[in-house]
Amino acid sequence: MKIGIPRTLTYYAYLPLWETFFQELGCEVVLSDETSKGILDKGVEFAVNDACIPIKLFHGHVYNLKNRTDFIFVPRLLNLTREKTVTYCPKFLGLTDMVHASIPDLPPLLDFRIDLREKWKSKHREFERMGNMLRLHPHIISRAFHKATKKLSSFRKQIVNSKDPEQALKLLLNCSVVPDLPGQPITLAVVGYPYLLYDSFVSAGMIHKLHKMGIRVLTPEMVPQRTLARKAKDLPKDLFWTFSNQVVRSAIYYIDENKTDGIIHVTAFGCGPDSMVGKLIELEAKQRTVPYICISLDEHTGEAGVLTRLEAFVDMLKYRRDRL
Amino acid sequence: MKVTFPHMGSSPIAFRMLIEKLGHQPVMPLRPSEKTLSLGSHYAPEFACIPFKILLGTYLESLERGAEMIITSGGMGPCRAGYYGVLHEKILKDMGYNVDFIVLEPPQKRAVDFLKKLGKITSGKSLPVIWEALSTTWQKLRVLDQTEELSYEIRPWEANKNETTKAMEKCYKIINTAWTREEIHKSGMECTKLLNAIELDRSRKPLKVGIIGEIYVVLEPAANFDIQRMLGDMGVLARRSIYLADWTRDNTFFKGEEHIKLAARPYLNELVGGHGTLSVGNTVLYSKDGYDGVVQLAPFTCIPEIVSKSILNRVARDLDIPVLTLFIDEQTGKAGIKTRLEAFIDLMYSRRKHRREAVI
Repeated sequence: MKIGIPRTLTYYAYLPLWETFFQELGCEVVLSDETSKGILDKGVEFAVNDACIPIKLFHGHVYNLKNRTDFIFVPRLLNLTREKTVTYCPKFLGLTDMVHASIPDLPPLLDFRIDLREKWKSKHREFERMGNMLRLHPHIISRAFHKATKKLSSFRKQIVNSKDPEQALKLLLNCSVVPDLPGQPITLAVVGYPYLLYDSFVSAGMIHKLHKMGIRVLTPEMVPQRTLARKAKDLPKDLFWTFSNQVVRSAIYYIDENKTDGIIHVTAFGCGPDSMVGKLIELEAKQRTVPYICISLDEHTGEAGVLTRLEAFVDMLKYRRDRL
Repeated sequence: MKVTFPHMGSSPIAFRMLIEKLGHQPVMPLRPSEKTLSLGSHYAPEFACIPFKILLGTYLESLERGAEMIITSGGMGPCRAGYYGVLHEKILKDMGYNVDFIVLEPPQKRAVDFLKKLGKITSGKSLPVIWEALSTTWQKLRVLDQTEELSYEIRPWEANKNETTKAMEKCYKIINTAWTREEIHKSGMECTKLLNAIELDRSRKPLKVGIIGEIYVVLEPAANFDIQRMLGDMGVLARRSIYLADWTRDNTFFKGEEHIKLAARPYLNELVGGHGTLSVGNTVLYSKDGYDGVVQLAPFTCIPEIVSKSILNRVARDLDIPVLTLFIDEQTGKAGIKTRLEAFIDLMYSRRKHRREAVI
């Protein structure tokens, strides 16, 4: 059985999870092609025009898988953490329905609903529903999911424990070369959602560009989950979205621990949660006099535009460092 | 203490009484204007939705006029409006305002927190006084809602233009001065009488349109250019899906709206926060009730409404009901909205005509 996984959104956020899960089930995994202009154009064509670029891309990736697979995997994530009050952006919650309503003639969508807050019984019901779709015993599905989450946590450990940030980024970006950085590099915390940061098409290769300038890049994934959970205290009220919490808390962590010379907040044009996240980080950075820049990405983002802004920001940091 | 609160539709009339009865001095929020919006946009994040910007602008205007305490509502997500209180407070503090900012969270989720904050607002008042203040405020909100609802039912039939609007102005004044339980009850009756006295032209057959969408832009005439009245003046019977009192009841102590969620289920099987699921459900219900069309109102970048908009395309196709989506932002102008409404009304009339011809 061929299962198509769109190579965007939760694919990057939970990197080995879905592939492992379906391999454990004995399915053949088909990933959609890497993001390209063609995929983006298809996404823009099918998705509702007010959606943000990640949602448009998701539509494009689903379209890319359309005639190649028996099922397309569109997870409906509600909660994958230990925190009770968080969920995901409403667009994630309604993603299956949006795709279903927008793209015609799709193969069946595998809408695995994951809510780890629920009681065992309702979780089991979901495994049963999945089992019915895939013609597998729910027990096998539950075991595969368990194994996949273990793989995910060991992957996360590997990232957190890597020798230096460059090694971690090598794993996250899935590239082969580790950049050479000068002895005392300028360090930048690049915070944003995984599906923006690690998709080099959307982010216009931002991380590679920074590496080429000899900058050390830190991302939210490099902070251990437990440390992030402790940082929750610094905010009067938790945000409602898992990824946003991760971004805000890691930014506060990097500022608090003096680990970074500046903050780059990478966001998608029109991102709802990020309008909150960005302002929180901006105010925090302002208070601690850490330089902050927000780079927002959309369908028309050009490499040159991003590069210019990065260069200007880095020049400013260098000037600042020389003066201090 | 000088207390202020957000401006939302006609509700300030009721909240003013509440604040006064609790022994504070209310600083009445001004009806949001272009100045309010540009003031709010200046300090708000670029992609925050229009309610965030209008509220921030309203707070700033009230602070200039001497407010010392702001009371607003919170929320539990996943719509970001639940986080607005926190961010508003942070922005105001960053600007150097020292203000008591009280965000009332839904009492069924955070009971202790709710009571603590309530205690802070009502300090020094006895329980019967607090109860009287709260229950009459509730009563007033209901009377306001009922009066408004009636006015929208009457407007498309009014024989002389603007008569309903003039009557409503009187009604607001009458309700505003009612203070005790009996007075409020009487004011409600009086308003009903006033509205029912309007001369009607029953020969008309107005179009029936449902208004759905995000609560703030649906309820606040200043944000939606008084679209419900505009439609009424164009001779369309416009009903909206959200009224403040009903919504508060359904989302605090009592579980309501189940039938709407049920109607949405075939299309959107998840609660996406805000009013996303309700927008889909209400469209299904409106089409079953034989409405001629649905107008969806939402702030630009509103997450739940974007989800429902993308699903409404399919609902509209399946159930054969036209849906007009209006995303509202700082650039939206009244003339633009009016033009689109006129085109939409033409479309609905021609659909009706074709249908009738098909039947014959």
